[in-house]
Amino acid sequence: MAQPVNVKNLLREQRSYQQRILFATALVLAAALVLGGRLFLLQVVRHSYYLELSQGNRARLEPIPANRGLILDRNGRVLAENQAAYQLELIREQVPDLQQTLRGLAALQLIPEDEVTDIARLVRSRRGFEGVPIRLRMSEEEIARFAVHRHQFPGVDIRTRLTRFYPHGELAVHALGYVAAIGEADLGRIDRADYAGTTLIGKLGVESAHEKELHGTNGFREVLVNAQGRSVQKQGGLAPDLRSRAPRAGTDLVLSIDLAAQQAAEQMLAGRRGAIVAIDPANGDVLVLASRPGFDPGLFGRGLTRAEYRNLETNIDRPLFNRALRGTYPPGSTVKPVIALAGLRYGATTPEASRFCAGEYYLPGRSNPFREGRSGRHGAVSLEAAIAKSCDVYFYALANQLGVDNIAEFLEPFGYGRTTGIDIAGEQTGILPSRAWKKQRFKRKQDQVWFPGETVNFGIGQGYMTVTPLQQAHMVATIASRGRSFKPRLVTGLRNAETGQSTEIAPQAMADVEGIPAADWQHIFNGMMGTMEYGTGFGVNRGAAYSIAGKTGTAQVFSVGANEKYVEKDVAERLRDHSWFIAFAPVEAPRIAVAVLVENGGFGASAAGPIARKVMDAYLLPQMPAPKPAPAPAP
Amino acid sequence: MNYPPLNAPSARRTLNMATRILMALQLDGPLLVGLGLVAAFGLVVLYSASGQNMDMIMRTLLRMALGGAAMVALAQIRPNTLRTVAPWLYSLGIVLLLVVDATGYIGKGAQRWLDLGFIRFQPSEIMKLAVPLLCAWYLQDRPLPLGPGSLAVVAAVILLPVGLTAAQPDLGTALLIMVGGALVVLMAGIPLWVLLLLTTTAGAAGWFGWSMLHDYQRQRVFTFLDPQNDPLGAGYHIIQSQIAIGSGGVFGKGWMNGSQSQLEYLPERHTDFIFAVIGEEFGLVGMLVLVLLYLFVVGRALYLATQMQDTFARLLGASLALTFFVYVFINMGMVCGLLPVVGVPLPLVSYGGTSMVTLLAGFGILMSLYSHRKLVGS
Repeated sequence: MAQPVNVKNLLREQRSYQQRILFATALVLAAALVLGGRLFLLQVVRHSYYLELSQGNRARLEPIPANRGLILDRNGRVLAENQAAYQLELIREQVPDLQQTLRGLAALQLIPEDEVTDIARLVRSRRGFEGVPIRLRMSEEEIARFAVHRHQFPGVDIRTRLTRFYPHGELAVHALGYVAAIGEADLGRIDRADYAGTTLIGKLGVESAHEKELHGTNGFREVLVNAQGRSVQKQGGLAPDLRSRAPRAGTDLVLSIDLAAQQAAEQMLAGRRGAIVAIDPANGDVLVLASRPGFDPGLFGRGLTRAEYRNLETNIDRPLFNRALRGTYPPGSTVKPVIALAGLRYGATTPEASRFCAGEYYLPGRSNPFREGRSGRHGAVSLEAAIAKSCDVYFYALANQLGVDNIAEFLEPFGYGRTTGIDIAGEQTGILPSRAWKKQRFKRKQDQVWFPGETVNFGIGQGYMTVTPLQQAHMVATIASRGRSFKPRLVTGLRNAETGQSTEIAPQAMADVEGIPAADWQHIFNGMMGTMEYGTGFGVNRGAAYSIAGKTGTAQVFSVGANEKYVEKDVAERLRDHSWFIAFAPVEAPRIAVAVLVENGGFGASAAGPIARKVMDAYLLPQMPAPKPAPAPAP
Repeated sequence: MNYPPLNAPSARRTLNMATRILMALQLDGPLLVGLGLVAAFGLVVLYSASGQNMDMIMRTLLRMALGGAAMVALAQIRPNTLRTVAPWLYSLGIVLLLVVDATGYIGKGAQRWLDLGFIRFQPSEIMKLAVPLLCAWYLQDRPLPLGPGSLAVVAAVILLPVGLTAAQPDLGTALLIMVGGALVVLMAGIPLWVLLLLTTTAGAAGWFGWSMLHDYQRQRVFTFLDPQNDPLGAGYHIIQSQIAIGSGGVFGKGWMNGSQSQLEYLPERHTDFIFAVIGEEFGLVGMLVLVLLYLFVVGRALYLATQMQDTFARLLGASLALTFFVYVFINMGMVCGLLPVVGVPLPLVSYGGTSMVTLLAGFGILMSLYSHRKLVGS
């Protein structure tokens, strides 16, 4: 009885089992189809998309930095170039004990003892196989010292790289600027893709203003990298095909700076605080731009320690401060030639009319005197003599006659109260006072009134008026070229670093000072030549091989600078007057116009005058046709 | 019949020799050839995927030899013996799993291996065979389709080791063990209402299980749903593997020339994700060839299963054959982004682990079932 049931069961069971197997087979095939479809989608339909992704994975762009353009003086002498520097690099994964290695290097005085922790942190922040520079710019002596101990420092080695080098050190640092590590503030003004691989960027001066030209175009090469970012030679079996692009070197800049004159200027200012700007009146070329004290631009390229930067920042002499562009000082008597011109222009005086100087000037109806400066009483003085002897009384009266608004209106085209537009950044405007200016400057009603006495002081360049040495040089250049005015510039040409081809940049003319007859110019020239011959600058032109027109100036120091600390023995010196001297030469065909300012230098002729003479000598004498033996050495 | 006279007799003799040896060893020729081809392909790929590491090749060869030996050995064991052994093997497996879980608990971390000093092996691997064995053994003389009582028993038999393995935690292997047991049950046949009930409870269990998952396991699920969401974290595997496969195109980049795999962008390239290496270096063609080889193996195994004459053999045979395919499908699906990433190796191709031995042992059982089948002519 059980048997048939069992048999029947077995048959039915077998049949349903076969059906299930068939069903399972169908499922298997369907699953295989789904899989095949998916693979088709990935490998055929979306193939190019994934191929691109895999390309992006395997290749890393390694930038090749372009050589930074050179900076040359007007005669092609190098002011900034690139030099191979030796740096110490550490590859973490090859170093057995990082702390011990760094301490060992510190013991050899190759890295600063107190920066070991910082360096260790820097090294750890980078990938293990990357070479991390831990010391830039090693001296030859240091290289030798490391070489002896090299075997003790596996994973540490000396590498060369190009870095900025200024062969003349501090020379013209305020004109050239410097390069330093790219900081947060720089990221806004650069295209970060263009700067991949570049570590240094121009700061200040020409280095910054012409960053774009100097930088060039970085190249790149594709490097095969694995998933850890390590570069590898081969991809499995085959060598890969990779792209690359050569870098294009930055453009060389030809500056208007004359190396010899610049050197003379800085030598003369050595040990003092001051600024010198010399301009070629014919085109606005800045021949000299000096501000002392300066600093070594190379410090920034190699990375300044905190202590070094603090020293520069807090130094009472403010070496980082560009006095030539940013220092604003009362012009003192150096403004007198322009006031004199204004007098002629507005008919307030004639060249022949003479005034009597009794050493004091009184405003009509007032009893408090405006005193003559240092030179006592001049007696009867004409316009030319007033300039030459720097007679304050003459100009007190003239200014009072002219009135503040006429003076301000006449001074403006000479470049006062606004930037000259020189092709580097940071220029200050100084102050060209006027009624309108005073109204705007002061909040309280009673302060806004312009007093006649202020006009009187204006006439001798004291009071509210302030100028920068650059503005003064620009003014002298404008006088020298009889009213023609050019925008001061440091860069006169670009030179393609690869082909050597130069392109000159045309000088940029500014609005001329118009409406002044040639004779009037001549009277001013005569007055300024008189300064040298019988006036306040007597002696400065002794033995000069060319004619000089000049003007001395003395600016009163009103207050100690806000950033300076009160130090008794310094203050005495620092309260002395600033010394000005402006000049141009040769008078017949001016080729150089100079403004010299020596902070707390005292009387203009004694401190600033000889400096101006040296600068003119350095620039003009080499250009003289037949050098005659100088009758006597300059004082 | 006009064979070339020169080779004909010797060829036939060789064939006869091979057939006779296979017969004597209770092995199935076509299945053996299919497995051999898959393994050979796997070795070629592994050489590239391992970065030309001969050491790995040698160890894989060793494992293949071990697996082959296990296969031949198991093919000799009569089905009756298997029936007898099934409960004991299962019990041993449970005990070992408990030991592993306990040491893992004490050691506070994932624990999958049992270190026997000379060899480390995963007890969960035993369960891949023991679970279908015990299920088939239990169901062989039950009335089919299954009643609720039998169903409850098999469910317990399956879920106990699954739970223990998942607790290690090793979700991939737990899943595979479940598949092995479930396939036996499905092949035995279950009433439709049970099937419906099971799917609904599975849904509920899924929800419950979700709340029990470890964070990294949940992350895997999220990542599967949206790999771009976390391209450098958990999504990295899936993204890189799809890039590898997709960039391979129809013909691939060539052996040992896949940038994704050679430059180590592809993680687990010689283990779980080796299928992506095939896709990158051999393209669609290479992948389809491998899929077809697997299909051949599965097809042959299913054919053998249909030839079985008793319930135990049928259920076990079909389960072993289909489980093999499920392994393949889960791995391939995961590598090409169809399924979430679970740690399931590609059978016979992925490097490492004891799965090679278990798999070949399974095929040994299958061959034994086939060659020892009762030839019921009536």
